[in-house]
Amino acid sequence: MTRIARTPFRFWTRLTLTKLTGRRASDLAELVEHLRVVPLSVVFHHTHHFLVQHQHLSPEPPNDFAFWATHVLQEDRLGEQLAAVDTVQFEHLRVLRECIVQVIEKFLETGQTLRTAPPGEEFHFMDAVSFVLPTRHRATTLAEFSEALRHVGSATLAYHLFESRLRVGTETNDFSHWLEQELGEAALARAICRLDQYTYTMEGLRQRLLDLVSREHTHRGDR
Amino acid sequence: MTIALEAYASFVGAGTIDELRLLGRRLRGRTVQNVNSTAVGGGVAEILNRLLPLLRELGIDARWDVIRGGDEFFAVTKKLHNALHGQPLPITPHDVDIFQQTTEENLHTLDISDDLVFIHDPQPVQLVAAAKPRSRWIWRCHIDLSAPDPQAWEFLRPWVERYHAAVFSAPQFARKLPIDQVLIAPSIDPLADKNRDLDPATVEAVVTGLGIDPERPLVTQVSRFDRLKDPLGVIEAYRLVRRYNDCQLLLVGGSATDDPEGAQVLAECRDRAAGDPDVHIVELPPTANLEINALQRASTVILQKSLREGFGLTVAEALWKAKPVVAGAVGGIPLQITHKYSGILTHTVEGAAYWIKQLLNAPDFARRLGENGREHVRWNFLLTRHLRDYLLLFLSLDHPGESLISLPD
Repeated sequence: MTRIARTPFRFWTRLTLTKLTGRRASDLAELVEHLRVVPLSVVFHHTHHFLVQHQHLSPEPPNDFAFWATHVLQEDRLGEQLAAVDTVQFEHLRVLRECIVQVIEKFLETGQTLRTAPPGEEFHFMDAVSFVLPTRHRATTLAEFSEALRHVGSATLAYHLFESRLRVGTETNDFSHWLEQELGEAALARAICRLDQYTYTMEGLRQRLLDLVSREHTHRGDR
Repeated sequence: MTIALEAYASFVGAGTIDELRLLGRRLRGRTVQNVNSTAVGGGVAEILNRLLPLLRELGIDARWDVIRGGDEFFAVTKKLHNALHGQPLPITPHDVDIFQQTTEENLHTLDISDDLVFIHDPQPVQLVAAAKPRSRWIWRCHIDLSAPDPQAWEFLRPWVERYHAAVFSAPQFARKLPIDQVLIAPSIDPLADKNRDLDPATVEAVVTGLGIDPERPLVTQVSRFDRLKDPLGVIEAYRLVRRYNDCQLLLVGGSATDDPEGAQVLAECRDRAAGDPDVHIVELPPTANLEINALQRASTVILQKSLREGFGLTVAEALWKAKPVVAGAVGGIPLQITHKYSGILTHTVEGAAYWIKQLLNAPDFARRLGENGREHVRWNFLLTRHLRDYLLLFLSLDHPGESLISLPD
């Protein structure tokens, strides 16, 4: 029997307008100096914007700092460490910022000669104004949820999966929370929670979600 | 020809078009006035011609006015333009008078009463003197302000500071200003003649018509004959490549008849290429959009070896055609190319030559770059993203100082 949610899932989206801060860094010392004092929305932009802007590239460094260290400064080791910062585990941007700063500071303590970015490839700190608004998609059953997943924009996936943890400070995400609370889909909710969302392209992630939902359909029979 | 928003769904998905409609609904009935200094020619006019019908389709009353000015005024604005690009050209008190006088004449003839006033580039910047208390004014800078002549910037700055927001095409163009500065990159239209799909027969007809061998590799740079596009550097890079690889070089740009410096650069290119039948230097009229499209599609590698660049939309045009691009890391080009993922960024003639050889010899790598480049353009440099950014900018002016804006039903 098809289970129907009392509260429908409303798909929202977050769209951003990029603001320029005028802050720029040519080397790692300058990068960390700015990073310590910029607003947290700047940290959010550089750790989350990459996913949506470079959604076709995978596997890719999940943040701009890792990308710049690796591809502009050619600091492969540091770039790898920055890429490995597990963005998904942080429930507050302040802690994420501290972690990134610590990784860079540890590198600076080695006293290596700092490499300078070629002209034109400096790191530009950017901020974002976020606009959050509901889309026309909503779901009350698993089938409707799956159908909506096919059609929503990638910013909607990012909003409900990547950003919910930071928004509400919990360990779950909007999809898992609703699936468990409203449809009793505990196993599916857990499977979505376990996804390392940052290692997929946006389209890859959409497909993975659809696969998980479809597997649940098959497992439980036609709902 | 007006193209409906729906026509873009095949490129960016229905979800993106839905988002534009959601934003448009919240701005329905607003009036937006654009002002620039030319109705035809140039990137600003091209983009306004394409964006305004889409804004209107979303229910926003968008219009466009052009300021008038005499030869003397446009001589001053040309000088100001060059000085803002870094040339040390003094702005004299007479220049200031001419600029101000033309502004006043336009203020008498233009009706500036819209909710949002979008001023493009320096020429109409002083119109902000007539700003009404409830209107919102945006200054849209389309030029490279990364290293302006200080005097020219000091002339402009007090006026820019009277706006509610300034919009730049690349992060390095941002200045120290007490107003919000926003990054909005320009865009290309996938349905325009310059970018739409072409059948192979059309491509081949254009290429063979110019005496280019369609069977051999073709390295192309599409740009004005301007020193800042470094066409002589391109010929030099081609010479280095030719020591190891068979290829043809095509330099194609607009006619240089009305630009004395352009004519000189063109002559130097022809002189430098003399005697090499594989170097093709072609002047095409500004309307030759289909031909440019065909030549980009016929190319094996595309170059944009600029030394300075406002944004360099020819890069986005080439990437949209899934071509491997080797380009200078200047202006807005690093926003379009992620080195070794969606193209190649270079800093020298030798570097450009090295990467052209790599791409000619490793077609699989070249193809991957092109495919990634096309996807990057799809999500970041098509007209629909440009439209979305403008809608968000308009909405942001209703919420000054806020970084998270909730827009419920």
